[in-house]
Amino acid sequence: MTKMPLWADAILVPLISLFLAAILSALVILGIGENPVEAFNLMVDGALKRSAGWGYTLYYTTNYIFTGLAVAVAFHARLFNIGGEGQAMIGGVGVALICLYIPWPHWTLAIFGASVGAALFGAAWAFIPAYLQAKRGSHVVITTIMFNYIAFSVLGYLLVEVLRPAGSMDPASATFPEATHLPNFHDMFAPEGSRMFRGAPANVTFFLSLAACVLVWLLIWRTKLGYDIRSFGKSETAAKYAGISPLRITVIAMLISGALAGMMSVNTTLGESERLILNSTEGAGFVGIAVALMGRNHPIGILMAALLFGFLNQGGAELALWTNIPRELIVVIQALVILLTGALDNMVRMPLERLFLSLRKKDTV
Amino acid sequence: MDFLTLLQISDSSVRLAIPLLLACLAGLYSERAGIFDIGLEGKMLAAAFAAGAFAAVTGNVWVGLLAGIGASLILSAIHGVASITFRGNQLISGVAINMLAAGMTVLIAQRWFQQGGRTPSLTGDGRLNPITLPFADMFESIPLFGPTYKELISGHSVLVYLALALVPLTWWVLYRTRFGLRLRAVGENPASVDTAGVSVVRLRFTAVMICGVLCGVAGAYLATGLQAGFIKDMTAGRGFIALAALIFAKWRPWYALWACLLFGFLQAVAVRFQSIEIAGVVIPVQLMEALPFILTVIILAGFVGRAIPPRAGGEPYIKER
Repeated sequence: MTKMPLWADAILVPLISLFLAAILSALVILGIGENPVEAFNLMVDGALKRSAGWGYTLYYTTNYIFTGLAVAVAFHARLFNIGGEGQAMIGGVGVALICLYIPWPHWTLAIFGASVGAALFGAAWAFIPAYLQAKRGSHVVITTIMFNYIAFSVLGYLLVEVLRPAGSMDPASATFPEATHLPNFHDMFAPEGSRMFRGAPANVTFFLSLAACVLVWLLIWRTKLGYDIRSFGKSETAAKYAGISPLRITVIAMLISGALAGMMSVNTTLGESERLILNSTEGAGFVGIAVALMGRNHPIGILMAALLFGFLNQGGAELALWTNIPRELIVVIQALVILLTGALDNMVRMPLERLFLSLRKKDTV
Repeated sequence: MDFLTLLQISDSSVRLAIPLLLACLAGLYSERAGIFDIGLEGKMLAAAFAAGAFAAVTGNVWVGLLAGIGASLILSAIHGVASITFRGNQLISGVAINMLAAGMTVLIAQRWFQQGGRTPSLTGDGRLNPITLPFADMFESIPLFGPTYKELISGHSVLVYLALALVPLTWWVLYRTRFGLRLRAVGENPASVDTAGVSVVRLRFTAVMICGVLCGVAGAYLATGLQAGFIKDMTAGRGFIALAALIFAKWRPWYALWACLLFGFLQAVAVRFQSIEIAGVVIPVQLMEALPFILTVIILAGFVGRAIPPRAGGEPYIKER
């Protein structure tokens, strides 16, 4: 017998957690001597009331969809992939190598090649932690954390010693050839001479991330592999009796997870900076954890949560521009969401379950 | 490399190892009690900020130290409530605590001091001053021993000696006291501790709080001893290096000391030489920075002695009904 109706579990609990996080965030804003209502209005103005604001919001949303899906796929196999950040960094290396060393005739081919490169490199970076977890029982959380730091060092080394063009002081690769330029929202949607979406980084990769949502949904709920992943996540022993190999599922789930995290770099490295830079991930790997928790590991939930965090990130940038509130406010809000929807989930859930149980008792009497 | 360079590198290895050691021992108490803690980084950072801020405002480093411990304890309490009381996911709670600390320290620092997320530089009594051990000057003329005594053994702040003393103390508490036995038991098999009539919840909260105090000292040392004030993200992954050292040491205090000294040495070398050449092969600085993490993965993989964590680690305890 389930204690709560499905809608309460999928919608009510996250909404209450979000509400609590919002109240706490408002208190934090009050605490640093600013007005939360004004701050919220400024964020809405900057992120949602202008087309350029939307261009930034959807750019961040794209990143968070990829990293959120990455965390969610691993979660379905009951694996906690904290390594999205590192996998995205290494995915960026894949994008850079493919765009710098292969002369792409057109962006449609370049985005395909870059996606393959990003996914392969991201997956490769997730492979060692996955294999060690499956084969040697090394905790995947710890190894993926370690791999984040190793990835940062690898990226630093490649940018300073290998990919940096001669004569440049920046730790960054050369700019990608003109032909690989992805159409951004301004190129695609703005009528001739209009300023719509001008200067905003949202690009065609956004649609790639939507496609990834659909594919992940199909994979998890409509394929045998997805069924195996979910049953492995629900009960490892039951899965073993059903003939599902833990080694195979652990490695495959982490490879898919790493590939999705790596794909984020198509958006940042090919779509925005058009060269490989040191800090293109900007913590999106960690935001993915909040997105997956908030979205209940379902692509629709993840899309909504990614939109919310995209809005928060862009709104936060606007706040930092116009007020004395630093951008780090957004990190605090993200932390509160992770805390309330992830770690303190039972705090919200237990009273609700009791409430629904007592309601049901009344019905039967 | 001459003797003096060697001495200086050893000296800075010790300095850099101390925050790692304190955080590592902090994690040891928590994880031995079955509470995973990947929030060491966040607790150190919060403590570093509180210590830097209060030491700057009051001009007294001890007030700073207490404030640092207080800040770290608040985060520990959150971790305890989430993972013990509400039986939440300890790893997710740790991630949240790291992000909370990273954001809140900058927010408060900016509001309080308006210096772009840092605290004012500490001077005089606001900093931890080095202690000169007796006879340092007298011994100086003795070759080898004299300079070693003066540079390496003497001339550290009191927290350095405290941290080093904590190693045998932790060993003694863990392996020679009733509390230590119970602490280890609750990390391996909480049901047995519960059956013996000892409160699992209270034991685990005690361990988490000890962890908070030690992380507080580690953070305070960073801001008032190693550097003069708090700067944004100043822990720079030290909490995770400490976690790596803890695994490297297989959750044992003396090994923790050696692991932290090794990782401190790697940091000291990376700081001093950008890249070094050994037998014609240039070792890039990035490899030195990544080495603690690579070594830990190798240890975790079990190729060189297997690291097995406390058995009940990460699992909330549910009393039978």
